[in-house]
Amino acid sequence: MKYVDEFREPALITRTVEEIKRLADTQRQYRIMEVCGGHTHAIYRFGLKDVLPSNIELIHGPGCPVCVLPMGRIDDGLSMAEDPSVIFAAFGDMMRVPGTHGSPLEHKARGMDIRIVYSPTDALKLAAKNPDRHVMFFAIGFETTAPSTALTLMRAKAEGIRNFSVFCNHVTIIPAIRAILDSPDMRIDAFIGPGHVSTVIGCRPYEWIARSERKPIAVSGFEPLDILQGIVMLLRQLRDGESKVENQYKRVVPWEGNRAALRVMAEVFQLRPYFEWRGMGFISQSALRINDQFAAWDAEHRFHIPGVRVTDPKAAQCGEVLKGVLKPAQCKLFATECTPERPVGALMVSSEGSCAAYFNYEHRKASTLTNISVPA
Amino acid sequence: MCLAIPGKVVELFHDERPTALVDVVGVKRRIDLGLLQDDLPEPGDWVLIHVGFAMSRISEGDALDQLEMLTMLGEQDAAMAEVRGLGMTEPDERGSP
Repeated sequence: MKYVDEFREPALITRTVEEIKRLADTQRQYRIMEVCGGHTHAIYRFGLKDVLPSNIELIHGPGCPVCVLPMGRIDDGLSMAEDPSVIFAAFGDMMRVPGTHGSPLEHKARGMDIRIVYSPTDALKLAAKNPDRHVMFFAIGFETTAPSTALTLMRAKAEGIRNFSVFCNHVTIIPAIRAILDSPDMRIDAFIGPGHVSTVIGCRPYEWIARSERKPIAVSGFEPLDILQGIVMLLRQLRDGESKVENQYKRVVPWEGNRAALRVMAEVFQLRPYFEWRGMGFISQSALRINDQFAAWDAEHRFHIPGVRVTDPKAAQCGEVLKGVLKPAQCKLFATECTPERPVGALMVSSEGSCAAYFNYEHRKASTLTNISVPA
Repeated sequence: MCLAIPGKVVELFHDERPTALVDVVGVKRRIDLGLLQDDLPEPGDWVLIHVGFAMSRISEGDALDQLEMLTMLGEQDAAMAEVRGLGMTEPDERGSP
């Protein structure tokens, strides 16, 4: 297990932690949400919580695409693959996500043709190689991943590959942040903005959060120093009564985003009027659907989709954890019925889910390690 | 899910669409440059790769930091499995160049 003192530039990390301690007013509580699941993983992995003053609380946000996908969509995707002519292709992240009758991996064990692909273009290639079959690609992800799906659909159309379709489950991050801010039981002071989503959308879309919601936001990288520097930016803004968008991750994130990626997304997708998020309910204009020019490659157009809606197992409190109302360990199933090996809820499936991160780095640590070292 | 893998561009191909051969810690794979079409990299440049697409150009120093980062997050094996799997659509193709 590695902690921040074993990371690069420990002296700089120490200075940044000192700066955080100077900036944090001991008379108040700070609730900072890291939107991205990659940040959640890094925060637990590097034990960052333990180097922060106790009045700074990090709230784990909705930025894990596997975690926010409602179980009904997994059931819908699997129902298409009941047709023996269909090959179900998805990223490895999807394979252990539980559906009502088991995960894609369990369906594979029962004989369903389910393949792991590492790129949507590989799913398209699979279709080209199997002209007598139909390849359905189960697409998930935020704006980081959606442009790759869009380019793949443009290619399918250009090359006239007709035995290929996409079951589109791409979601967009800004409406989810808006939904969190609108939720009455939430009280967030500032946001650590997602790193890789922002390479695509840039920093401009966050400006309304700063302007109309008066919340500071710092788009940050994933290294311990990045996250800590992001927190320094947020604390300075809060101290000075400011609320603006800052870009800590300039080395990767251009302010304007990736125009080519935004172009292909605009060509292929349009916003859905609303979409269900696990634990958060229906959020308007929060997901992408394939537009009519690409309807021939839209699985929702080509197949009958049952439109399954499944409520999460009652005992699992994924929704409360996802909104930051409960800590992972406060869920009744945590580490008993729900573990990374046998996940009940999606937050336990992905390494970016807050329950899996908490389980792997806090729960296991509690029995093996008691001493966290802070860089001296 | 959104973590990106750094690779060094070895060779560019300008077929009907731009692609590149990249080297990720010794494993070479063809990736798509469609998302960098406004600002194509040159051989020797580093890019961040996500699901088989180059999503941004980065400096060599940042690329090496990102590799170290993946190792420390315990995601290097998953990242390398992903890189090895790119372009492989059948189980029997695994491990072939």
